[in-house]
Amino acid sequence: MSTETSNSESTDPSALLEFRQVNTHYGAVHILKDVDLAIYPGELVCLLGGNASGKTTTLKTLLGMVTPTSGDVVLDGEVVNNQPTSYRVANGVTMVPENRRLFKRLTVKENLMLGAYLRNDRDGINEDIEYVYDLFPRVKERLSQKAGTLSGGEQQMVAIGRALMSRPKVLLMDEPSMGLAPALVQQNFELIEKINNEGMAIFMVEQNANMALSIADRGWVLLTGRVILDDTAEALRANEDLQKAYLGGGSGE
Amino acid sequence: MKEGKTVTAVVEGKSKRRTPLVDRFLFVVKVVLIGLVTIGFLAFVAQQISPDNWFARWRNPGATGLSADQIKGLVISGLSQGVFYGLIALGYSMVYGVLGFINFAHGEVFMVSAYTGYIAANKFSANGMWESNFALCLLIVLLLAVMVSTVTAVLTERIAYRPLRNSPRLIPLITSIGVSFVLQNAVLGIFGPGTQGYPQLPEWLAKQRSILTFEISGIKILVFLVTIVSMTGLWYLVERTKTGKAMRAVAEDKEIASLMGINVNRIIVTTFAVGGAMAGVAGVMFGLLFRAVNPMTGFLPGIKAFTAAVVGGIGNLGGAMSGGLALGSAESIAPQLILEPLGVPGVTQLKDAVAFTVLVMVLLFKPSGLFGERLSAEDRA
Repeated sequence: MSTETSNSESTDPSALLEFRQVNTHYGAVHILKDVDLAIYPGELVCLLGGNASGKTTTLKTLLGMVTPTSGDVVLDGEVVNNQPTSYRVANGVTMVPENRRLFKRLTVKENLMLGAYLRNDRDGINEDIEYVYDLFPRVKERLSQKAGTLSGGEQQMVAIGRALMSRPKVLLMDEPSMGLAPALVQQNFELIEKINNEGMAIFMVEQNANMALSIADRGWVLLTGRVILDDTAEALRANEDLQKAYLGGGSGE
Repeated sequence: MKEGKTVTAVVEGKSKRRTPLVDRFLFVVKVVLIGLVTIGFLAFVAQQISPDNWFARWRNPGATGLSADQIKGLVISGLSQGVFYGLIALGYSMVYGVLGFINFAHGEVFMVSAYTGYIAANKFSANGMWESNFALCLLIVLLLAVMVSTVTAVLTERIAYRPLRNSPRLIPLITSIGVSFVLQNAVLGIFGPGTQGYPQLPEWLAKQRSILTFEISGIKILVFLVTIVSMTGLWYLVERTKTGKAMRAVAEDKEIASLMGINVNRIIVTTFAVGGAMAGVAGVMFGLLFRAVNPMTGFLPGIKAFTAAVVGGIGNLGGAMSGGLALGSAESIAPQLILEPLGVPGVTQLKDAVAFTVLVMVLLFKPSGLFGERLSAEDRA
């Protein structure tokens, strides 16, 4: 696990993905306000915040589905403000979407292969698909099944597998525990930790703040589009205001 | 379909205890339709066994029944008509799958192809190549017509539909009716309203052949073969290639498809192109079989193909072809099989009424179409 904790220097050239003073608008509505973020190799970072705090917009801006009105999105040292999603995916960032959003009418194998849509290195793709099978032996048993017929937990595995198939440097996760049975939530976080332990940088947006902070290295807290807290996970867990506001006084819910 | 559900829901909300009036009305319609089909069919069977039964004396005096050859003939002509509905229906179904609206201009793409085929075929006929080297001519005519119809389909997408991509689905639908008029009138302006003829087919293709006791003309065999080849090609494209996988992904979820790095616009263009090519194949085959085109050629087959797409389950390619064949067979067979024994006069004129009755019946009994998946609210949101 990474021991990276210095987060004040957001223009650090070694950051994989960063926001420099990003502002975004939907029409006249100002969503993100001067947001600075940086994700370093090997880190597991989580973004916390209530409803309408701009979490989803952050992810969409990172992926190029929303263009910032000012500021820069930097991917691996390159400003990618005007690059489309496909360019960013090809260059190492992808997302496991909220509610998994598998292609339900396609088979599990087809879903996984769509993750590698932009790649042409057959050997690398085979290597990665074997990696996914190792990670999720259950997925391998269901390759020719329609993705819509899988259970919630299995769908989550396919969704993560699909994202890994693009061989990302940073994996974004939008509410990974949303819509999962309580028993699966714990398992899901263990899985995320495991992938992170193998060196994948993960940026996670999560409602389940306590659980997210328990596996994360660092966290940010957004409030109406502004970063109000930016600290290590331990410090955030110890922060009393945050406990009151978002973490429900430390209960596991 | 979604609106239909909401309406029913509202009606149900208003009168909780009684069956809603609409439902009772629909029930009566269902009973009447099923009753007519059943009685008609039984009367037909009775007439086949003994043309002089009491029902036939009452409803259809002078009934003779149909010979086996007549029935086979009806089946063949139904299927060869259905093939066109199916090929055109593919375009409706694919565009609906990807963009969620009905492209009513698709029938005109078929007509444009039939005209292109007409021009090319007559050029070849004028210099004698049509007779001397038919196979090569046909190939070139087919390629030209497919190219022109593909380009037409792609251009309509670029000019008329893409600017409306984010507007409510009703708007491109209305626009497509406009595009349909534009294409019809463009052809009308260039070639005039008259019917244009394709050149004579060579003798070996026009003559009747007998296959498994079915009497079938050579050109119909060609039409079936070309259809099988195009369908196989389409199946391979959609199910086995990366582009096909991307098409299915875009049809299901555009946002996530673009997250995979798929260029959604390019896939939409590809969809229009492939649909246009299928209509192109149909156009030339239609011209060769019926040897006549006019600016309205695309209208009725277009509407029928749309019906076929709905009958088969819109958005489903196998369904579109089966819907086309089912519709073609129904409108060819049903008049003599069901309507004539019931004593309906002038049954051969009632093809179109039969086709749309089939549509009504499918929508009444299986609204998602014969092979359609049930569209949950989640899928169509």
